[in-house]
Amino acid sequence: MTASSAPRRLVVISAGLRQPSSTRLLADRLRDAVGTAAAARDLALEASTVELREHARDLTGMLLTGAPTPALDAFLSQVAGADAVVLVTPIYSGAYTGMVKDLVDLLPAEALAGVPVLIGGTGGTARHALALDHTLRPLLGHVRAVVAPSAVFAATEDFGGAGEGAQSLARRVDRAARELVELVAGRPPRAVHDPFDVSGFTDLLGDA
Amino acid sequence: MMQFGVFTVGDVTPDPTTGRTPTEGERIAAMVAIAKAAEDAGLDVFATGEHHNPPFVPSSPTTLLGYIAAQTTRLQLSTATTLITTNDPVKIAEDYAMLQHLAGGRVDLMLGRGNTGPVYPWFGKDIRDGVALAVENYALLRRLWREDVVDWSGTHRTPLQSFTSTPRPLDGVPPFVWHGSIRTPQIAEQAAYYGDGFFHNNIFWPMEHTAAMVDLYRRRWEHHGHGPADTAIVGLGGQVFMRPRSQDAVAEFRPYFDVAPVYGHGPSLEEFMATTPLTVGSPQQVIDRYAAMRDDVGDYQRQLFLMDHAGLPLEVVLEQIAILGEEVVPVLRHELAVGRPAHVPDAPTHASLVAAAGGAHDGTVYAPADDVTGASPEPVR
Repeated sequence: MTASSAPRRLVVISAGLRQPSSTRLLADRLRDAVGTAAAARDLALEASTVELREHARDLTGMLLTGAPTPALDAFLSQVAGADAVVLVTPIYSGAYTGMVKDLVDLLPAEALAGVPVLIGGTGGTARHALALDHTLRPLLGHVRAVVAPSAVFAATEDFGGAGEGAQSLARRVDRAARELVELVAGRPPRAVHDPFDVSGFTDLLGDA
Repeated sequence: MMQFGVFTVGDVTPDPTTGRTPTEGERIAAMVAIAKAAEDAGLDVFATGEHHNPPFVPSSPTTLLGYIAAQTTRLQLSTATTLITTNDPVKIAEDYAMLQHLAGGRVDLMLGRGNTGPVYPWFGKDIRDGVALAVENYALLRRLWREDVVDWSGTHRTPLQSFTSTPRPLDGVPPFVWHGSIRTPQIAEQAAYYGDGFFHNNIFWPMEHTAAMVDLYRRRWEHHGHGPADTAIVGLGGQVFMRPRSQDAVAEFRPYFDVAPVYGHGPSLEEFMATTPLTVGSPQQVIDRYAAMRDDVGDYQRQLFLMDHAGLPLEVVLEQIAILGEEVVPVLRHELAVGRPAHVPDAPTHASLVAAAGGAHDGTVYAPADDVTGASPEPVR
């Protein structure tokens, strides 16, 4: 298998706080839609889903001690090696939850730089719909992620019935998934990051 | 033979069980008492941190170590760490050569970048230059110890012309240098490049990470031509608290752990013990844990324990050091000598460095004339 045909690595992060959670439902729909869009484009994709709450204590521990547990370290490395990320968060108090910020704070530098990210959110009513664009999009802009143009917000009512809401959610999910796949397909596979690259030392040493 | 010792951060921390916070004076006296207790317990090394903000007292490590040198005879004196970024390398060269003379060579130092952001601007530096400062300053420090007269210019310090750092290193041999870094590969590379020691202060870190950093250093040591990877000079940190019965150790230490300034209110004691070298239990549990460290990092040269943290009272710390010296370290020395290949070196000491240099030679640089009397001194040689 050549490097170009190796599957791209998609990491789906669901930051839902309950189990089961509507956030996970949306994350799964986005994952499926991204898979479908990738298949339509002959783009091999290898997807994995992570429940962020499983790392909640370790995130707090790392914030306080500076060191990750082996489990958290593996997850952070997984994100830092991803070709694409789907990040879905509940909207609390008009913004993503603190756990999402903890994750972004603790990711290695450059982990998301240039990486296509599809953002999704859930909330009780459609009145929270713009929270993704006003809070999560700028946060990811700060770490120089490439955020897909469409953010997908699902209100509780979007999960019910066969009405306009449900159909609209399906359309928005598919559109955002296609956008993400276009961003991934337009990029070379992510180079393997070597955390033990020592080239900086000799650069700094100069002629000394 | 491995070196065992204690290192101290020098924090002034309240004892959470009594609410009492020692004074700076009490803490400084405690650090001296701890060093003397380490020598009395048969340990090999005492190392002090360097900090420039409360609640830490050791801003002047060579003052502390010089005082301890005068009251000990055998103990190797070191640092954990000496700030190679914000200290003037000229002053480091002078201070530690002076200490070498006063301590009869019982001196080495561990260089680090420091982790307190404002120390950089307080000392006129930029934290974004941290690695660059460590590299440039150390390159200058090495020259100041090895060349009698230095002409130098760089990016981060005033140029030097015709500068001689005095006193010259004892017996013409600079102190051995360790480079401490937890997660910066360039610092492991720096240690490997120069054939210096690498200390991984792993006290908060899972062994997987420590092993990866040490492995990088060992591979680069061999790459740079200093010998096989298993001849590199490796040091590790550690933390222990011991009572004859492990449940007593846990019960006594937990109140300190739970509110400790660094890890308090975070992971539980049990979680932290599982993923870091912290071992709270019987002396035998400590022996078992630390005898196994070499399975992950290879046979190594120096093991330092952090004993006086989280507000533990001095009398308890002294008691713990005595247990280390009586029950733990003798067994570890024995167990770690078994199966240790003969070509794995010991940590360099002044004596070994002098021998490697082909013997001692006085390095005194005599000025042509002193500007007080105008007369030339008569050299002793």
